[in-house]
Amino acid sequence: MKLMTMRIVVDLNRCQGYGQCVFLAPGVFELHGEEALMYDPGPEEEQLIPVVRAAAACPVRAIRVERPGQQA
Amino acid sequence: MSPANGAFGANGHVVIVGASLAGLRAAEALREGGFQGRLTLVGDEPYEPYDRPPLSKQVLTGQAAPESIALPRASGLDAEWRLGTPAVGLDLAGKRVRLADGDELGFDRVLIATGTRARPWPNPEEAALVGVVTVRGRDDTVRLRHELAAGPRRVLVIGAGFTGSEIASACRGLGLPVTVTERAATPLAGALGGTIGAVAARLQREYGVDLRCGVSVTSLEGDDAGHVRRAHLDDGTTLEIDVAVVALGAQRNTEWLRNSGLGAGPRGVACDAGCRVFDMYGIVTDDIFAAGDVARSPHPLFGFEFLALEHWSNAIEQAEVAAHNMLHAESERRPYLHVPTFWSFQFGVSIKSAGVPPLGDQVVIVQGSADEPRFVALYGHHGRTVAAVTFDQGKWLEFYVNQIEGAAPFPPQYRNVAQPESRQVLQAEFPDPALPTEGPMIVRTGHSPTERAWTLMPARGGRR
Repeated sequence: MKLMTMRIVVDLNRCQGYGQCVFLAPGVFELHGEEALMYDPGPEEEQLIPVVRAAAACPVRAIRVERPGQQA
Repeated sequence: MSPANGAFGANGHVVIVGASLAGLRAAEALREGGFQGRLTLVGDEPYEPYDRPPLSKQVLTGQAAPESIALPRASGLDAEWRLGTPAVGLDLAGKRVRLADGDELGFDRVLIATGTRARPWPNPEEAALVGVVTVRGRDDTVRLRHELAAGPRRVLVIGAGFTGSEIASACRGLGLPVTVTERAATPLAGALGGTIGAVAARLQREYGVDLRCGVSVTSLEGDDAGHVRRAHLDDGTTLEIDVAVVALGAQRNTEWLRNSGLGAGPRGVACDAGCRVFDMYGIVTDDIFAAGDVARSPHPLFGFEFLALEHWSNAIEQAEVAAHNMLHAESERRPYLHVPTFWSFQFGVSIKSAGVPPLGDQVVIVQGSADEPRFVALYGHHGRTVAAVTFDQGKWLEFYVNQIEGAAPFPPQYRNVAQPESRQVLQAEFPDPALPTEGPMIVRTGHSPTERAWTLMPARGGRR
């Protein structure tokens, strides 16, 4: 089955609020206060490149992404 | 990869009952571990596995759509899905799971991962009023979102555990007037104790929550159309409300195992440190496993007391251990040694915890200050560090996980960054465990695998 939309899940135990994702994909990730990360788990397709960059930039590797169209 | 564990690994049938985080992770781990047989996931909800933490946060505030929270990997797994079909029984001798639609699934190994559900409002007529909601699943959250979008005069949140507090935070974020009632002396008292709970109380009030502790809601009253309009408290006050969120903690989904012969009851499904389920005599079974919120297992780091952990990370880690042990001979089995961790985001603060705070009777702030609030608090019991809780200081948590794993002395002797001038050891102030609170998320369930006696009954007259 092919994925229709992008899916994100962040391991928030691991997340330490470095905020790299917030800079790289501001429409998807946002910090509430200093380190409470809120994110859109199923963002629009045009966010794909920012989201992939955000996941790659996460210093603690807390972001898991699946791309649309990918054989999941 | 060669199939793991011989004929079972090549041709066996694993049934996973419960298609949420633990069930999905176990299924993935079985495939990653080389299991090539048949895999069936049974779920009571019609949806593929989804992530629950956003429900009380992004989904409520509208940052995320309810249908967007499906977990990665769910759709790509080589498995048969029986969604929207609850399991209703387990035949231990015949190795079969009975489903609500009358079907039976034979299994070689089964994983019980049926999780918990929201504890309902004890008065069924009041619970049926429009505007009275619990939040555990997608459908509940959609209902609550709908109620919040209607612009209620006031939202009442009954119970200030993590779920109730996060919902109150989301409602304040939407600009809605909120009253929170909590039977204990502070919010989060069952999970963090009253001393740290007092910090949470201050946060709530700073964010404009009308927080009332030490009170109970005695009844909810509806209008002629059957919509909730008033709440009566045991201190004699009446609140004008349009939404009542019942956040009284969780109940374990073990009813379907009644008469199965397994050690299952209101406190969970008892399993050993390798996730193998005990039968009702306390004898461990070979092919029945449990993981996630529904499991209670003896934790080697905490005196082998049986703990039931309602945590995201527990669901993942325990599912991995269960899957590994399903696939391996006894000489290669792994124990579940994970230090419990969880997080909660509320009122702009990130609260994180490691270890088992309710085991501690004393607490000390070792870094930062509760006034900010930005701090690390350690919990101790009999001279040993058993837990750490951080408010906006999550980066330090890993260090303290190591301290907890190493049974470091309490109060700690080492010096810290941002150490307060005096380290005052305080009583942690956990409420009497016999008093029902909002649900502490880590439930200590004693040392007996067949402990079934303890059950929480709502008091008469609708009081909780």
